[in-house]
Amino acid sequence: MKKSYSNRQFTVSAIFIVVWIIFIARLFYLQIIDDSYILSANRNVLRVVTQYPARGLIFDRNGKLLVYNEVVYDLMVIPKQVKEIDTLELCNLVGITKDDFIQKLDKAREYSPYSASIFEKQISKESYGYIQEKLYKYRGFFVQTRTLRKYPDPVAAHTLGYIGEVNEELTLKDPYYKSGDYVGMSGLEKYYESYLRGNKGSRIMMVDVFNREKGSFRNGMYDTIAVAGKDLYSSLDAELQVYGEKLMKNKRGSIVAIDPTTGEILAMISSPSYDPNLLVGRVRGNNYAKLLNDPVKPLFDRALMALYPPGSIFKIVQSLVALDEGVITENTGFPCDKSLVGCHNHPSATNVKSAIKMSCNPYFYQVFRRIIQHNQSKDRFIDSELGLNQWYDKVTSFGLGNRLGIDLPNVKKGFIPSSVFYNHRYGEHQWAFSTIYSLSIGQGEVGIIPLQMANIAAIFANRGFYFSPHLIKYVGKEKITNPEYKVKHMTKVADRYFKIVADAMYEVVNEPGGTASGARMDSIIVCGKTGTAQNPQGQDHSVFIAFAPMNNPKIAIAVYIENAGFGGVWAAPISSLMIEKYLTRKVKRTDLEERMINANLMSLH
Amino acid sequence: MREQKSILGNIDWPIVIIFLLLVLMGWLNIHAAVYDEAHKSIFDFQKSYGKQLVWVGTALFIALLIMAIDIRFFSQFAYGIYGFFILLLIAVIVAGKATKGAVSWFEIGSFKLQPSEFAKFATNLALAKYLSSVDVNIKNFKQRMYAIIILAIPASLILLQNDTGSALVYFCFILVLYREGLSGNILIFGLVIAFLFILTLLINKMILVGLLLAIAIVLVLFARKNKKAIITIATFLVITTGFIFSVDYAFNHILEEHQRVRINVLLGKDIDLQGAGYNVNQSKIAIGSGGFWGKGYLQGTQTKYNFVPEQSTDFIFCTVGEEWGFIGSFTVVTLMIGLLLRIIYVSERQRSAFGRVYGYGVASILFIHIFINVGMAMGLLPVIGIPLPFFSYGGSSLWSFTILLFILVKQDSYRLNVL
Repeated sequence: MKKSYSNRQFTVSAIFIVVWIIFIARLFYLQIIDDSYILSANRNVLRVVTQYPARGLIFDRNGKLLVYNEVVYDLMVIPKQVKEIDTLELCNLVGITKDDFIQKLDKAREYSPYSASIFEKQISKESYGYIQEKLYKYRGFFVQTRTLRKYPDPVAAHTLGYIGEVNEELTLKDPYYKSGDYVGMSGLEKYYESYLRGNKGSRIMMVDVFNREKGSFRNGMYDTIAVAGKDLYSSLDAELQVYGEKLMKNKRGSIVAIDPTTGEILAMISSPSYDPNLLVGRVRGNNYAKLLNDPVKPLFDRALMALYPPGSIFKIVQSLVALDEGVITENTGFPCDKSLVGCHNHPSATNVKSAIKMSCNPYFYQVFRRIIQHNQSKDRFIDSELGLNQWYDKVTSFGLGNRLGIDLPNVKKGFIPSSVFYNHRYGEHQWAFSTIYSLSIGQGEVGIIPLQMANIAAIFANRGFYFSPHLIKYVGKEKITNPEYKVKHMTKVADRYFKIVADAMYEVVNEPGGTASGARMDSIIVCGKTGTAQNPQGQDHSVFIAFAPMNNPKIAIAVYIENAGFGGVWAAPISSLMIEKYLTRKVKRTDLEERMINANLMSLH
Repeated sequence: MREQKSILGNIDWPIVIIFLLLVLMGWLNIHAAVYDEAHKSIFDFQKSYGKQLVWVGTALFIALLIMAIDIRFFSQFAYGIYGFFILLLIAVIVAGKATKGAVSWFEIGSFKLQPSEFAKFATNLALAKYLSSVDVNIKNFKQRMYAIIILAIPASLILLQNDTGSALVYFCFILVLYREGLSGNILIFGLVIAFLFILTLLINKMILVGLLLAIAIVLVLFARKNKKAIITIATFLVITTGFIFSVDYAFNHILEEHQRVRINVLLGKDIDLQGAGYNVNQSKIAIGSGGFWGKGYLQGTQTKYNFVPEQSTDFIFCTVGEEWGFIGSFTVVTLMIGLLLRIIYVSERQRSAFGRVYGYGVASILFIHIFINVGMAMGLLPVIGIPLPFFSYGGSSLWSFTILLFILVKQDSYRLNVL
């Protein structure tokens, strides 16, 4: 009889029960105590897919498109799905060689065999149409659409600005932006970024182990819808802008035209410029480097960034300050004493108007001396400091030496020297009128950007005030406006003196002996002032500011052409063509127009 | 012999009901694991769950067939059946088809057969037959060796097929031998060996030997006068030291790379979640993310989107964990262990030694599968590819487990007739 081991059933059962306890304890730990597995499961399966909204469009003042979005087509590939296709035919369609094809496919496969990557960027519309039709033949390939900024007229590049991929700094500063997003980098694109960009949406998708989308998470409960960007309604006149850029071809300088009644900028030209379409899409990188290295500096926005000596156009401001200070009257006369400062040949001015009309340098030398030194103190130096302070106060009220409230980034302030500046440079009470007399004719330390020059013209058009120049009338269908642009900025010069100077500006253009007869027109009364700014580096700059018509002015303009000599020769006629174009929409003086367009002033230095 | 009213007359209903429940839940989970929203029909026989439906149907038929067969058939032909499947195991090495490195399949048309699955119940029959012979005593060394040879033949053939997991299963018979009189020390010795094995892989072997030496010295100091004890301690020290060095050698030179990596993953020495640790990590995520109530049937994201490889076969348990949560996993584990306990109970009430030994074999085979498979899915054991009984996808394993279980049920239903 064998020994019975039947009590061993309990040992065996005990082993089973111990394993049961271990399993239940482990399950309890994994499923109830440790929460991290839920997160891991979600990380596995959930993917946030960003929905990019369409960027806002930009219109000109007449509703014409300046910037829009163009759809481009990227050929995408999912390498794992590519099967038995007519490789040669596809290569021909896309315009690549068979080696390219293999290389691109390998690259895509390296990235991921299961998810889509770009096979060929921006294929032509024709290939798109063809491929789309025969897509069934090319398994694993599909076309994805993207949008690019597009410019119907290749103008206003500096003003409109461009968009580019965000840098790391911005993604850290503003969590809205993720690597690979596009953002306005300059111009209106940058200034109005928050309106133009709209709001990204996101869809939460579930993906499988191969990263293939399998549907939306909880039926889209947590998804957000992308909101399209708001359109900008600009004050620019596309036709005038195109015309201005044509006139400025082969010239270095700038044109700024403003509607003086509102401060709206009608045209803003910096020359040399570039085609904004160059800084778009896959060609952007190369083109940007090319433009950056171009010796004529096409990327430099002269209208806002170039500090120019204003030259003789500054005399109209000097006249007003002197009249307002009471150091001269309308009928004060000074001889044209060329021993004080150089001048051209003309009869001596017997009053302010004729001095402006003939742009007499010695006259304004003496006017400025009276402004700076009018015996407020026995000490010549203290007297000069007091005089300059009063002058500075009035001159800066013309929007000079300070940043104008324009809706663009990167605008220079310009420079009006103050007594603080001269004290720093020469030492306190170490300078007097004789040290700073160049200011009298808009030379010396004074620096003004073309936008400020146009703004001066607007102040004269308005006879004493201006609205901050700006480019966007309103944003979006809701017509969002900036209340700052409705604020009337008064100068610190009494209104009554403006009429005197405005009359003089009429004479500059329309009376014999005026320096800007080249701007005269039969149909429109133009008032202006020429300048020939001395340039220590080379040829003088040709300057003209003007407004028209004389009564109820609709346009105020500044034209600044580098190294072009007398203001009356180039800047004045170009201004008048711009005025004619804007006011009549058609230029009748075709001979003048042609001469101006064809003139090449780039080689002059 | 008394008249039998029906073949279902005296069957053990708890076993049958648990079996049916497990098969039903197994199929539901296979359906969930392979489920694809594009193909919703459960009768799609191109899909695993459609095929499994066929396997389930035929398994139930086989169960009925076994109940109809004469009770003496299995004990009479135990050696014959054993011999037949040994031949099949040899044949498959010669003519089989390789799947994932293991040569263990016969392919007849679209029908695939895995003899190693069937070898388990055949071996169990042969062992039961041999141990229940009148003059066999496990205490007898020679007879013990015969019993071990019965187990070693199929185990080695399966090892030759490169299917280490299925070969490991044969270790489970140690429980049967234990029940029939094998010394309990062997079980304890097995545990010590396993413990030392793990320590060797975790700790530097020199430090481990040093530790053992320190323990031995302390023991010797206590047993100063007892010569016999000192010799025993010394012998033990030599054996364990030798074992440690051979484990180290075996691990680094005999085990294959993938086996080494799997063990390292388990011991936490390898945490490459994209590589070797991927399966287990994803399986743990699936189970862990189920929470208390689970995500619901067909709602498991790990399951639905194929984050766990081999999910319908070796890793089927993580589907349970993810979709049915703690509640579901608890239920399944408890049903399975409950089945084992019931089988032990049923085995003990057998009047014949054959029935008892066979019953313990059934419990042991099921136990080792459950232990390894569920333990692996929870990250408690290294990845060893063996199926979860009644759950994993696959016809051969479902048939084989069904046959295994129902021979016992049949045996049990006739227990009163055996004198």
